[in-house]
Amino acid sequence: MKIAVCVKRTPDTETRIKIASDGKSIDEAGVKFVLNPYDEYAVEEALKLKEAAGSGEVVVVSVGAASAQETIRNALAMGADRGVLLKTDAVSLDPLPTAKLLAGELKSGEYDLIFFGKLAIDDYSHAVGAMVAELLGMPAVSSVSDLTVDGSVGTAEREIEGGVEVVEFPLPAAVTAEKGLNEPRYPALRGIMMAKKKPLDVKDVTLPEGGLELVALTLPPQRQEGRIVGEGPDAVPALIDALRNEAKVL
Amino acid sequence: MADILVVLEQRDGVLKRVSHEVLAAGRVLADASGGQVHALAIGGPDLSGDGLGAFGADRVVVVGDDAVKLYQPELYSATVTDQVQSGEYSAVILSATAMGRDLGPRVAAKLDCPLAADVTELSSDDGIVVKRPAYSGKAIYTLRVTSSPVVIAVRPNAVAPIDGSQAGIVDTGQVASAVRAARAVTKAIKQPERHAVDVTEAAIVVSGGRGLKEPEHFSLIEDLAGAVGAAVGASRAVVDAGWRPHSEQVGQTGKTVSPNLYFAVGISGAVQHLAGMRTAKVIVAINKDPDAPIFKVADYGIVGDLFEIVPRLADEIRKIKEN
Repeated sequence: MKIAVCVKRTPDTETRIKIASDGKSIDEAGVKFVLNPYDEYAVEEALKLKEAAGSGEVVVVSVGAASAQETIRNALAMGADRGVLLKTDAVSLDPLPTAKLLAGELKSGEYDLIFFGKLAIDDYSHAVGAMVAELLGMPAVSSVSDLTVDGSVGTAEREIEGGVEVVEFPLPAAVTAEKGLNEPRYPALRGIMMAKKKPLDVKDVTLPEGGLELVALTLPPQRQEGRIVGEGPDAVPALIDALRNEAKVL
Repeated sequence: MADILVVLEQRDGVLKRVSHEVLAAGRVLADASGGQVHALAIGGPDLSGDGLGAFGADRVVVVGDDAVKLYQPELYSATVTDQVQSGEYSAVILSATAMGRDLGPRVAAKLDCPLAADVTELSSDDGIVVKRPAYSGKAIYTLRVTSSPVVIAVRPNAVAPIDGSQAGIVDTGQVASAVRAARAVTKAIKQPERHAVDVTEAAIVVSGGRGLKEPEHFSLIEDLAGAVGAAVGASRAVVDAGWRPHSEQVGQTGKTVSPNLYFAVGISGAVQHLAGMRTAKVIVAINKDPDAPIFKVADYGIVGDLFEIVPRLADEIRKIKEN
């Protein structure tokens, strides 16, 4: 089974965001970068399927700056076989140019499955996986929290509001991973050592032009600090009064 | 004069509230450009487009067919794309729901056009400008759209429905014929036995965290949620501990919510949690630690033992509702 996993380098979820002096990007000083959390589920699912099949290859692909090599190595340390970095310093806030680069890389790979995280926690676009599938003309299921692959047929559960959709699809296909799909493994020390020797192909690419121009990146308006209405259960009437008569939400 | 295409969303033949929100968003752009708002409703044979003029639609195209009763990604994306190509549209607007987040990218890829996802504000002056959260709401992008058409996914609860006066002519459309045989097929929707309102769609959310100490104590949260008519939410800590399903998680690796009222009970307020609920209109925090970061964003707080406060709160609210 040949599987590709597309991953992204993102700031850790605990990061406090500061805006850089250009007013269009974040100040990266002191920011810890990680493998996008949803991509960990994607990598884990690919490894599990390869292990179940008994043979195959898991290829990790990323679009990003040279620093994304570290992110790819994280996925290799989990057990993926090799990596490809489509190297560009350009950033697109329109997801389609990124999808075009990935589709160009993946189209001749004869992959049975292509995994993605359902979204990257920086841009939150939730788009690249479905776009790559469209560009490659393959079926896709997004936000998958349960996956079964039986020969050339897959069954996925897709998280929707208040339930799940059950989707059947033929392989080859693209799947984007939701939290809950699996429990990602931690790289063992041996895996981390081995990852350093695994092949990582770095290709210089040019990001196609997108249709969104970044005007500004700003911090959200600060919430006005509220007030403590009291201590303990005796404060409940004061809270209810405030919610009914002041905020008028109850 | 380019028009705006708005894609509506239904479940079980009933249009969802987000459909009225996207119509309002469409109206904003159409009024600025002098174009019309066309609504596309896709669903089963009994789906009706009547009355949508009042919400801002100039024209409604209803595609009612058993084949598209459930969300079928390939049939829906082809049908939307056909509609875009049959007219002159500067924007396609849908809601950033589970459906819209899947459908939007597909349509944008088919049309080879930009996608602005998860938009919270939009305007049209010298071209379309949108705002959307970055880093799960820790920052905000302002983006100018530089090509046409554009697909815009508007976050639920971000745009209020309007009371319009359009006549709203209703037409009937067809499922795109080229792809009647879809490959990936949605077979069914499975709902939990006790159907719960999703945190992203609820007007009130009551969330619990590690302060509840034991998974069984979440019954307190459920009781308060029942009393006030809210959806139940959870912090990442208790989801990761397996106490609650991921579908209830509020935060950067969970759901982003913008309810009218949000109760954070026994939740300290980690940055990743605040990112998911800071756009709630009113936030109430109940926590025993007066220095918990949650109090920095809360409009109202009670310091103390949640095991005493929450039952009292639920009781008092029930009393009010009875009267």
